[in-house]
Amino acid sequence: MPGTIKDKVAIIGMGCTQFGELWDKDVDDLIIEATYEALEDAGVEIKDIEAAWFGTMASGVTGAALAAPLKLNYIPVTHVENACGTGAETLRGPAFAIAAGVYDICLSVGVEKMKDTGYGGLHTLRLQSDKWHPIYVGGGTGPGRYALAATRYFSKYGLSPEEGKRMLAKISVKSHHNGARNPKAHLRIEVTEEQVINAPMIAWPLGLYDCCGVTDGASAAVLCRADMAKNFRDDYITIKGSGISVGPSWGKQKEDYDYTFWPETEAACKQAYEMAGIKNPRKELDMAELHDCFSIAEAIATESAGISERGRVKEDVDAGVFTQEGEIPINISGGLKSFGHPIGASGGREVYEFYKQFQGKAEDPSRQLKNVRLGLAHNQGGHPGRFQCGVTIIGAP
Amino acid sequence: MTAGIVSYGAYIPIYRLSQAELAKVWGGRERPGEKAVANVDEDSITMAVEAALDCIGNMDRNLIDRVYFASTTAPYTEKQNASLVAAALDLRNDIMTLDSANSLRGGTIALQAALDAVNAGSAKKVLVVASDCRVPPPDSAFESVLGDGAAAFLIGDSDIIAEIEGSYMTSSENLSVWRRRSDTYVQTWEDRFIKEAIYTPQLEDAVSGLLKKYNVNLADFAKVAFYGSNAREHAASARALKLDKTQVQNPLFDKVGNTGSAFVPMMLVGALEEAKPGDKILTVNFSDGADAYALKTTAGIEGVKDKRGIKRHLDSKLMLPNYGRYIHYRDLMEWEVNRMHPLEGSLNIIWRESKAIIRGNGTRCRKCGHVQLPPQRICMWCQAKDEFDYVRVSDKQGELFTYSIDERGAGVIDLPNVLSVINLDGGGRYYGQMTDKVLDKLGVGIRMEFTFRKFHEQGGFVNYFWKSRPIRC
Repeated sequence: MPGTIKDKVAIIGMGCTQFGELWDKDVDDLIIEATYEALEDAGVEIKDIEAAWFGTMASGVTGAALAAPLKLNYIPVTHVENACGTGAETLRGPAFAIAAGVYDICLSVGVEKMKDTGYGGLHTLRLQSDKWHPIYVGGGTGPGRYALAATRYFSKYGLSPEEGKRMLAKISVKSHHNGARNPKAHLRIEVTEEQVINAPMIAWPLGLYDCCGVTDGASAAVLCRADMAKNFRDDYITIKGSGISVGPSWGKQKEDYDYTFWPETEAACKQAYEMAGIKNPRKELDMAELHDCFSIAEAIATESAGISERGRVKEDVDAGVFTQEGEIPINISGGLKSFGHPIGASGGREVYEFYKQFQGKAEDPSRQLKNVRLGLAHNQGGHPGRFQCGVTIIGAP
Repeated sequence: MTAGIVSYGAYIPIYRLSQAELAKVWGGRERPGEKAVANVDEDSITMAVEAALDCIGNMDRNLIDRVYFASTTAPYTEKQNASLVAAALDLRNDIMTLDSANSLRGGTIALQAALDAVNAGSAKKVLVVASDCRVPPPDSAFESVLGDGAAAFLIGDSDIIAEIEGSYMTSSENLSVWRRRSDTYVQTWEDRFIKEAIYTPQLEDAVSGLLKKYNVNLADFAKVAFYGSNAREHAASARALKLDKTQVQNPLFDKVGNTGSAFVPMMLVGALEEAKPGDKILTVNFSDGADAYALKTTAGIEGVKDKRGIKRHLDSKLMLPNYGRYIHYRDLMEWEVNRMHPLEGSLNIIWRESKAIIRGNGTRCRKCGHVQLPPQRICMWCQAKDEFDYVRVSDKQGELFTYSIDERGAGVIDLPNVLSVINLDGGGRYYGQMTDKVLDKLGVGIRMEFTFRKFHEQGGFVNYFWKSRPIRC
């Protein structure tokens, strides 16, 4: 019988670098900036950290990539990786170690330096674990793989390309509206529905503004035993639930997988909701940060997380349910779409947004939510048919 | 003679380049018509596989015990190419494979070798495939003439659709067209010299040699399929041989072009497609000598009219929008360096997974019967471990479940890259690249099939794999 880590672990300090194309910063700079912001926020020092977790997909290997820039003193450092879902793993490790009673204070750092490649877009990856490598992955890109879901979603629910694209455009307009007012966001521009719909095509039916940016950045958190959190600050948060689901990747091979729903998101949410005691996420959650690397990803994640009914997210989007003033604001940060998506940093960054909103420290007062007590951070790697999903529920102690 | 043609097939790539586009780029007189151009992911191997599949249809592939592959443009000059064709066709391993290389007569020479093997009793069914994708020099007479294509014949001693009534062959040492090892492009000499001193006498010698040997008349033949390097030369030979217009098999210079070693074989396919039982057909090929075959169709010819062959392939086409696309397809320039990480080539992986990658096999679970690709050791439906049989899926069709049109596909020259998810008839799902993309006809639910294509050449060798495409025709 699975137990729960509800209220056993607190987050007492967080950091997040400016997100963007940070030509003048390397991986070590990003790690140091996010970590020191978190340490200073928590009021602890490097020497207080008993163990650290380091999340990156491609900006370093081994724990040494964290220990070296921070000059950690022979403590345990664990490198975790679950592609774009790395950040949730980076928080889960220390949380479970603390809940197990092994450590009191741990550090979690996620980072990705994406912009040293010399070309736009995502770099292609070696996928040795995928069968038929090196040809199976040929030509595959994030947009191309997510667009499969958009095509199928439109077809299944009878949306014309125009209706489908307008639904997605509304999601992107909202993300940009939120991100434009977030000082640390990468793409701080407002866009209109028409701009989104008429933007250059990246992977039909996804246009430029349906896709997140390629971003450098890092996020960090200091975690401790919940019963000692008060020694550091009053406005700490606790972890209510944590779920991870790694799919068996058969969506690409099993003909009953239909691309309009993320089973990994559903499974990870179920684990996290059970730990947190959440019965009705739409009513109980005050905000959600969903993994919106593409507009269609937010739409489907909203349904898979149980916030909208299957096939009905369009009605909720049209009704403004997910805007700042809506029933449940989604991606008030700007999301991956506008805030940016440095792969290993995004999961922590989502929690950072809740943490600041909860503390009333949203950096632009115009985007400060009221009465934020319970939030969800949804972080997802892979692509439709082959996801690795992590969900973290955080809230008031 | 007992050996004859049991089946035939052909392949013409979907893309055509109009003569008007060539005139637009280089100036000069605009010729009518167009020529067939292999897609960026096609070469003489992939076209040979297409023609062979058209030829063998639904027959039991285990009956085939030889493959002769003819081409002047085989991708490998050291390492056999026929074995690759045989593997892509998922044939038995205990067969003989042979490359008939270098000569434009490679296809018709291989045909004689196949007939001899069957007549000698050392083989029952021999697959002969001729395929060429010759690269002409830009802004040359060759450029408007050379086209790409393939033809295939199954030779056997039963169920014959065309008997071989006789053949005649000469060998002659001379140069008419050639490429040295160091040459990228086809070379030739003054056209009148070649025509008057070499081509015409050798062609006529083969015709008269055959007629005399078998005591037959040219007028007996319903169709004559003969080589000519271009339309003018071909027409001149028709006049010189005093052929009636109706006897001349259309060489399709204005639609396909001179397809090298596949040229006369493709003309023969064209003739067989139109033939009635009992029709006599004469083929005459030229290069390094000449050869002639006298064929006579049987009643069985009516049973093989379901081929895509020449006609249906001709009718299924996409015009290349411009010359730029063509030079990309033939890789005729140095291109901007692609700084994205290239895909890797690994012989180890190709070797380990050749059943899937080259032979186009998936697995079928022995417990629950579900088909899965790529092959899976643990069944994704019932979790049975190592309880599977390999099963060919490359010959399956299916329905397009979803797709995307990716303008930024990594390492893809021919953007946009269409990613396809296909649910196969009889079970199984394919997830991968689509080729021969008719973008305005894409839609969830359209019918799809597989085609063997080139992916990339990382590792210093050609990485082939099966792509999807909307059912061609």
